[in-house]
Amino acid sequence: MSSLLIEGVGKSFGSLEVLRDLELVVEPGEFAAVIGPSGSGKSTLFNLVSGLDRPTSGRVLVEGEPAGVASGKVAYMPQKDLLFPWRTVLDNTALGLEAQGVRRKEARARADALFADFGLDGFQKAYPSQLSGGMRQRAALLRTVVLGRPVLLLDEPFGALDSLTRTEMQLWLAQMWQRHRWTVLLVTHDIREAVLLADTVHVLSPRPATVVARVQVPPDRSRGVEDFTAPGFAATERRVLEALRGTPAVRAGVGEG
Amino acid sequence: MRSVLRSSWPPLLVLAVVVGGWQLYVTAAGVDPTMLPSPARVVEQGWASRADLWAQTVPTLQETLLGFALSFTAAWLVAVLLDFSAAARRGLYPLLVASQTVPIVAVAPLLIIWFGFGLLPKMLVVTLTTFFPLAANLAAGFAATDREAMRLLRSLGAGRLRTFRLVRVPSAMPYFFAGLRVSITYAVVGAVFAEYAGAEAGLGIYMQAQKSAFRTDLVFAAVGVTAALSIALFGAACLLQRLVLPWERAQREERS
Repeated sequence: MSSLLIEGVGKSFGSLEVLRDLELVVEPGEFAAVIGPSGSGKSTLFNLVSGLDRPTSGRVLVEGEPAGVASGKVAYMPQKDLLFPWRTVLDNTALGLEAQGVRRKEARARADALFADFGLDGFQKAYPSQLSGGMRQRAALLRTVVLGRPVLLLDEPFGALDSLTRTEMQLWLAQMWQRHRWTVLLVTHDIREAVLLADTVHVLSPRPATVVARVQVPPDRSRGVEDFTAPGFAATERRVLEALRGTPAVRAGVGEG
Repeated sequence: MRSVLRSSWPPLLVLAVVVGGWQLYVTAAGVDPTMLPSPARVVEQGWASRADLWAQTVPTLQETLLGFALSFTAAWLVAVLLDFSAAARRGLYPLLVASQTVPIVAVAPLLIIWFGFGLLPKMLVVTLTTFFPLAANLAAGFAATDREAMRLLRSLGAGRLRTFRLVRVPSAMPYFFAGLRVSITYAVVGAVFAEYAGAEAGLGIYMQAQKSAFRTDLVFAAVGVTAALSIALFGAACLLQRLVLPWERAQREERS
């Protein structure tokens, strides 16, 4: 059974058609990336997968069940880290569990157990304002992962970081993923990020969005810094870029970024 | 602590200059002390009447604190109601704003007529003067909660009450304390004013009595006590904020 199955999904807001006949499958343990021009409905797609919204047509199944907030199968990491300034880092990472109704003490214990793995040990009692941008994102990912839900949904997680920190975080996430093999759906604007991290890159068209290309990233790679300069990596990046440029909005020069 | 000292010396300096100038003027011009007493005389006579002043301060402080407690409770109830119910927001909020145009000068004597010379009408005046900044700030604080944060909590399956407790209440706290600091300084003035309208004891009625007896120096002394009370309550509100929101300091230190 697929972890995530999006079948013939359409979504309209009034007369505005945002998604049309969108198909996407993510298998257990797969890292899938979705890339597309701005305004192509990525956040709509996110809301459908996380169960915050329902499709106008078609189905979104997570482990065979219709996506819904109540089913508790998808953990969502938003673009902003959304660490609350009034909570310590430990309390922030326990927030997701608390929101699900786990008792505070147990939530903190479960989050605390992951701190070393996420390179945050020693910062449990710090406030988010005392962390660097990269650490804040690691804490936000910890808050997402500790929920133990089968599908992780990452919405441009490193979009707000400076370029150097972003590269560092991408490499870090690649290493973390290799250790844990989470099932991930990543939405990004960054071709390099998609190719470094994902097994499959799904390229969206402009609105109404549908998948125009699926680029498989060759599995024989280290998912490390040496990938960036490998010829195979550049070739894959180029295939994604061409698929993106084939979409009319990018051809017209409005869709980058 | 050092920052408190650093920020309090400029106003203290200004105050010293004003008081010094006042003293010089009164002494040099030989002003009649029933018209304008010198600061030294105010302090001296105030000290001489300290037992009397203290006896009048206690009821005023009691009215202030009880009235403020009532205001605090009502503000939370109303702000939570406004946050949970769009109908209440539409129906009540404009009326709350409009209620601020009612002059308390006119209402206070009516409250005395309705509820007598006891504690209750004073508490109500304090409540009326302090309720709005508290409730309005709290409601604005709830409403200013990050929408993305609400979405995140919703995607985690948190219900309305839990979202309220985990996100809306804490993110409203800085707003709430801003309102608390403003309204607590009004509270003492509200109590004094209510006593002016009719009371058996308190700084307000004391001021009125001393004014009628041409004891201007004791009126000033009572004003000084009123100001000291207000400043002390303001300080207590700031202290409470530091205790309840320790993260604000961490944030400030990081920025500086």
